[in-house]
Amino acid sequence: MSAPTHSVDMSVDIAGVRLPSPMMTASGCAANGRELNRFIDITTLGAFVTKSVKLDPVSGRGTPRMAETPSGMLNSIGLQGPGVSAFVEKDLAWLHSIGARVVVSIAGNTASEFARVARAIVRSRYADAVAAIEVNISCPNVANRGLVFACDPAGAHKVLTLVREEVPRGLPMLAKLSPDVTDIVGIAEVVLKAGAHGLTMINTTLGVAIDTDRLRPHLAAATGGLSGPAIRPMAVRAIWQVAGAMREGRIRTVPIVGVGGVRHGTDALELVAAGATAIQVGTAAFNDPSAPHRVGVELEQLVADRGFGRLADVVGIAHERFTA
Amino acid sequence: MTRTIAAREGAGVVQVEAEVIGNVAAGGYRHLTLVTPGLAELARPGQFVALSVGDGTSSMLLRRSFSIHKVSPAGTYGGTTEIVVAAHGEGTRILTALEPGENVGVIGPLGRGFPLPSQPVPCILVGGGYGSAPLFWLAEQLRERGCAVEIVLGAASADRLFGVVEARRVGDGVTVTTDDGSVGTRGWVSDVVPELIERSGAAVVYGCGPMGMLSSLSAIADEHGIVAQVAVEEAMACGVGICMTCVMPVRDESGTTSMVRSCLDGPVFRGDRVRWEAFDDGYCRVPEDTVGAPKAVR
Ligand SMILES: Cc1cc2nc3c(=O)[nH]c(=O)nc-3n(C[C@H](O)[C@H](O)[C@H](O)COP(=O)(O)OP(=O)(O)OC[C@H]3O[C@@H](n4cnc5c(N)ncnc54)[C@H](O)[C@@H]3O)c2cc1C
Ligand SMILES: Cc1cc2nc3c(=O)[nH]c(=O)nc-3n(C[C@H](O)[C@H](O)[C@H](O)COP(=O)(O)O)c2cc1C
Ligand code: FES
Repeated sequence: MSAPTHSVDMSVDIAGVRLPSPMMTASGCAANGRELNRFIDITTLGAFVTKSVKLDPVSGRGTPRMAETPSGMLNSIGLQGPGVSAFVEKDLAWLHSIGARVVVSIAGNTASEFARVARAIVRSRYADAVAAIEVNISCPNVANRGLVFACDPAGAHKVLTLVREEVPRGLPMLAKLSPDVTDIVGIAEVVLKAGAHGLTMINTTLGVAIDTDRLRPHLAAATGGLSGPAIRPMAVRAIWQVAGAMREGRIRTVPIVGVGGVRHGTDALELVAAGATAIQVGTAAFNDPSAPHRVGVELEQLVADRGFGRLADVVGIAHERFTA
Repeated sequence: MTRTIAAREGAGVVQVEAEVIGNVAAGGYRHLTLVTPGLAELARPGQFVALSVGDGTSSMLLRRSFSIHKVSPAGTYGGTTEIVVAAHGEGTRILTALEPGENVGVIGPLGRGFPLPSQPVPCILVGGGYGSAPLFWLAEQLRERGCAVEIVLGAASADRLFGVVEARRVGDGVTVTTDDGSVGTRGWVSDVVPELIERSGAAVVYGCGPMGMLSSLSAIADEHGIVAQVAVEEAMACGVGICMTCVMPVRDESGTTSMVRSCLDGPVFRGDRVRWEAFDDGYCRVPEDTVGAPKAVR
């Protein structure tokens, strides 16, 4: 890859927090840093996004937990993780020690569990490594018999309200939305009213693969989340709709972190032009662990090629150039 | 042309666009030789490599994992890595059709290899199908340490055997079994291993092959009071430890079971540590006593 013809300001502002690069990992697609750091220096990313962490240890689902699909995959990991105390002492401590900017993704079975996880993070001695809290409301609400918070406006509102009480001023709280809703703008409105400082879009979308030899579901959990380039148009659509609503003043304007099917610089540019301020790379890292870094280099070149000096000038530009 | 993508100092792993310099038939399999600078020096028997399918635009996103058959640090082409590939599905069909001169993305060496005994004890190496691929290199290292090495190769039929000639070169004794009796003893490797353990006084059984075979090898080793070291094959999306798809229920020293990543903590596990009873008909459930297992809902 040749150096860009002129230098581009790639820094981004996430609700008051300045990041030198728009590139992030996607939650659950980079473990908690050590493994990916063998391939790229994760401190050079805008931020490292952790696997969603819950209060207690979680074993996750049985296997198979994975099925490859055209330009994508289904996963049913089931938020496997060590629980927040072990996460803080082992993973956050390590990320802090190498100087990474960290977006901690949090999850819970109930709204108050989310809040307890957030509290453990922001009160930990490594809290100064935390650049933002990303609230993964795409997991099912145990109290509500498995309805996903992000598909339930009242549940989503409660989670964001309780987490916000724990998050100190100046630390952005991002709500990560699911595309599996009828009206994503409506859900965005709810979480923004509850105090979210930014939105991450999108999480995986539910799918099933059938093993055609055994004629039964391929995944042990039957359903799984679809990710990868196959879902990119859904991500672009979600960002387009929500950014559009912000531009029309229907909802408050906040930064959007775009995620879904980004594999190359052009994919990232699509999400940025639709309205994303920053970009997360998920499934593509399974193919190419250097992708979270590589895509940033490619994006910078593309922005330069199009004559822009700042990435920020391209954010949402497709709305201005759409005159239908 | 071979190109290194990522090789961070001290990381113990490299990511290269490797040139294919050999692709020859080996029974029912293809034996591929890849130019992988920096990989050979790091690799140990039992470790594996993860290959990408097609270029960066392929609709097949996930890497395919293969045991390292052999490495050569200083061939004419620089370091090379050899693997043995069975055409199983679409991805392996594409990989087995690679022509010399073409490129393929390779990451490795990955995972933990076979632990070697500290004493020169007799060992039995058991390979099922292409699972024998990493065993000959292991046999050489064991023999260098003074271990007597018995090799058992088993497969469904003669064309699914790999490395019988090589086994004769590196093993003190070789036993072949096929399910259909087309060569060697008719039956499974597990039919011949108990007697071999008794006759050779083996202290360790090394195994690589299908899960069912590894499970019975572990049971046989237990019955004889010896250790089995088995290289497992779980579906892997990344091979490098970032996706959590390749987990299995494994006990640690204190007896606590967790769902551990077979790409990072394996692929080689002590047979008695794996919760074989959790595997059933292609699914593996989470044993109830696993750390963080879902509580039974009443
Ligand atoms: C550590 C390890 C070592 C291996 N060594 C060898 C070897 O030396 N030679 C060889 O021929 N094969 C080996 N395999 C199996 C090989 O990885 C699979 O046959 C191959 O991934 C199948 O890909 P496919 O596209 O043909 O099949 P598909 O079924 O289309 O693959 C779809 C997805 O499932 C995964 N997958 C499917 N089957 C397996 C499997 N059995 N194991 C792991 N992942 C699977 C694929 O990687 C891919 O991501 C090994 C697997 C592992 C985990
Ligand atoms: C294996 C896997 C695990 C994931 N785990 C999480 C998670 O723990 N929390 C979360 O918010 N999203 C999780 N995701 C969703 C991703 O962060 C991302 O939103 C989604 O995969 C779409 O992006 P992609 O197409 O770039 O992968 C996971 C995705 C995959 C593939
Ligand atoms: S294959 Fe991705 S974590 Fe093991």
